[in-house]
Amino acid sequence: MYEKEKGLIDAFVRQQVDRRELLRRLGAMGITAGAAGTLLNLAQTRAWAADFDWMAHKGKKLKLLLNKHPYADAMIANLQAFKDLTGMDVTYDVFPEDVYFDKVTAALSSGSSEYDAFMTGAYMTWTYGPAGWVTDLNEWIKDPAKTNPNYAWDDFLPGVRKSCAWNGKPGGELGSDDAKQWCIPWGFEQNNITYNKTMFDKVGATVPGNLDELLTTAAKLTKDVGGGVYGIGVRGSRSWATIHPGFLSAYANFEQKDLNVSADGKLSAAMNTPESKEFHKKWVQMIQESGPKNWSTYTWYQVGTDLGAGASAMIYDADILGYFMNGGDNKMAGQLAYAAFKANPAAKAPTPNIWIWSLAMSSYAKDKDATWYFIQWASGLDHAIFGATKMDFVNPVRQAVWKEEAFRDKLNKSYPGYVDMFDVSAPGASIKFTAQPLFFDLTTEWAATLQKMVAKEVPVDEGLDALAQSIDGQLKEAGLG
Amino acid sequence: MPAVVPTARRRSGLRISKRALPYVLSLPALLVCIGILVPFFAAVLYSFQRYRLSQPWNRQYNWGENYLNFFTDPGFWNTLRVSLVYAGSTVVLELLLGLGIALLLQKRTRLNNFISIMLLMPLMTAPALAALMWKLMTNPGFGVLSYLAGLVGLQDFRWASSPSTALFTVVLVDIWVYTPFIMILLLAGLRSLPTQPFEAAALDGVPRSFVFFRITLPMLMPYILTATLFRLLDSIQQFDIIYAMTQGGPGDTLTVFQVEAYLNFFQSTNVGRSAALLMILWVITYFLSFVFIKNWLRLRERARGEA
Repeated sequence: MYEKEKGLIDAFVRQQVDRRELLRRLGAMGITAGAAGTLLNLAQTRAWAADFDWMAHKGKKLKLLLNKHPYADAMIANLQAFKDLTGMDVTYDVFPEDVYFDKVTAALSSGSSEYDAFMTGAYMTWTYGPAGWVTDLNEWIKDPAKTNPNYAWDDFLPGVRKSCAWNGKPGGELGSDDAKQWCIPWGFEQNNITYNKTMFDKVGATVPGNLDELLTTAAKLTKDVGGGVYGIGVRGSRSWATIHPGFLSAYANFEQKDLNVSADGKLSAAMNTPESKEFHKKWVQMIQESGPKNWSTYTWYQVGTDLGAGASAMIYDADILGYFMNGGDNKMAGQLAYAAFKANPAAKAPTPNIWIWSLAMSSYAKDKDATWYFIQWASGLDHAIFGATKMDFVNPVRQAVWKEEAFRDKLNKSYPGYVDMFDVSAPGASIKFTAQPLFFDLTTEWAATLQKMVAKEVPVDEGLDALAQSIDGQLKEAGLG
Repeated sequence: MPAVVPTARRRSGLRISKRALPYVLSLPALLVCIGILVPFFAAVLYSFQRYRLSQPWNRQYNWGENYLNFFTDPGFWNTLRVSLVYAGSTVVLELLLGLGIALLLQKRTRLNNFISIMLLMPLMTAPALAALMWKLMTNPGFGVLSYLAGLVGLQDFRWASSPSTALFTVVLVDIWVYTPFIMILLLAGLRSLPTQPFEAAALDGVPRSFVFFRITLPMLMPYILTATLFRLLDSIQQFDIIYAMTQGGPGDTLTVFQVEAYLNFFQSTNVGRSAALLMILWVITYFLSFVFIKNWLRLRERARGEA
């Protein structure tokens, strides 16, 4: 690199020159945006390595447990950079998501030290944390000797960062002052609308602005698009995963909750309020009128592939699912667009519930300091920029990446509305569930109840009352209610 | 220089007394038995505990509470009912179909041998894969079975996604996978039956229905009982087909023992309830095995003229 350009980029990394000025001066030097990005990455890597002894654990070995996911793919593609930076060796096992969490549960519950770090969701740490299977990472984050001064912990989106921290008290607020950082957010999903522009244009439909409009638009699409296309794709399998995407995002937008937390910390079911019943009726009606016929078997994969194959006209699910379906060899690639969704007409902004793929450290890790080196590298800005610009690492959890012009340009070019959607809904994005150890029991039962309502086995009012009664019983039995 | 060890003395070191020999010989079997029994007794122990992995501080013996809770838990009774209905219907239907096919293929011809080998194909498919295959075939958008159902007027047939047809659908998959197992066992039985009774009946001009019900079926009964026992034990413990197709849904339609225990352990980390469910399943399985083996032995003795 020429000294002049190098000096300019280093000045930017030291925050002595702002981004606009950097691009202007690089342009004046005849350097293209692509080359500037590469130079910037190199400079950031130098800065990343300069103030910290990355070689402290040279020669050590780590083993990771990974889910088959674009985030893991991006990390694996960049793993050599970590090995070069630290002199450490890293091996990994990758499992498909269907069996991944069983593998994690089996490894952790048996006290196995095979894996040092693993991918997890924040919800899972509500089980792993109290069970003593994962380590509170505050000890490392707050230790300047073990954490790179350029790590920029505050750069993580606040709602996302807090969602990975819990004090372990049932009903305890996420991200409270006494919370333990059970995992480090890696990439996350907001739940919004992804729609097929071509189909919307064909029938003259507009993007729905609230739940009532969602129902009418979905019904119109089902009726008018033809060819067996249905209006709206949402998950429906008998699993917690049916509750957490669009369903809970819309539910929370009406200020409804899963559980009440009393002053003395006791939990009780909150899903049989009149407002909640009203919401459930609309949701059930939407699926009955405009959802897939075999909705009760729908997981993430079916919702996504139907949209990508042109079998559905829109989905209310993870934004990144819509992102992936707009590329590759999907039939509808290039025809999808995105919109933030506010279910409640009276609400000020969307309140998407989020799923966060995170990195956690096993309590049985052989060398925790070395493991933390990997976690901080993998969740660091350098790798996040690599993943976001060169791979499919969406949505990044770092604010700095969202400010990257190269990243925003990439999204704006091929994913119309994605950046705007993100900007509108990110401030309200957080986990909307109450953190407590019976999370999977209660949400699975909620999903099963929803299935019964959609199948007209039980009326909504009756179903929710029975669900609330059952949940209260389980909470009491577990000493939480 | 190494010391020379007298041969006789070396031999005496390996000598095992006659009294100890049976114990030594059964040692490997004992070790295997321990390997099986340790997890079993651990599960028995867990079933008497309030034990959630997510609440280690709450772990304590509650003795029979997990079992007592089942009596007032409608979910448990639903699990028991669904498991028995599933096991009963699959076994009866597979038995009837398997026997019918075996009778059709009884005569040893090249074509029959070829067909019997071809019919074994589903049995070689992993049940979970078979379930996924059927999930695609029953997809209302592009599934071939949905298309065929549409042709006969069942336009909106929902297969595994409707509570009213989910059981029928998974039973259908089970039949597709396991009927060949019963067919091959009964075919082997039919072909090994002595020919003299059938020749005598033919000479006497005995009607075919009489031959079937009074000669074939009684002589085939040990094979039928063996096949039924194997299938019943397997069906009552069904997991992969149901989980791969519906995860136990819609609602609680298909929450059979194994699915419920699996979800309790891996999803809810409720080890105590999961272990108690499996203990109940073990009791049912043990009881069924006991009844069937007792009858099988009685039939065998009768066949030998001892009863």
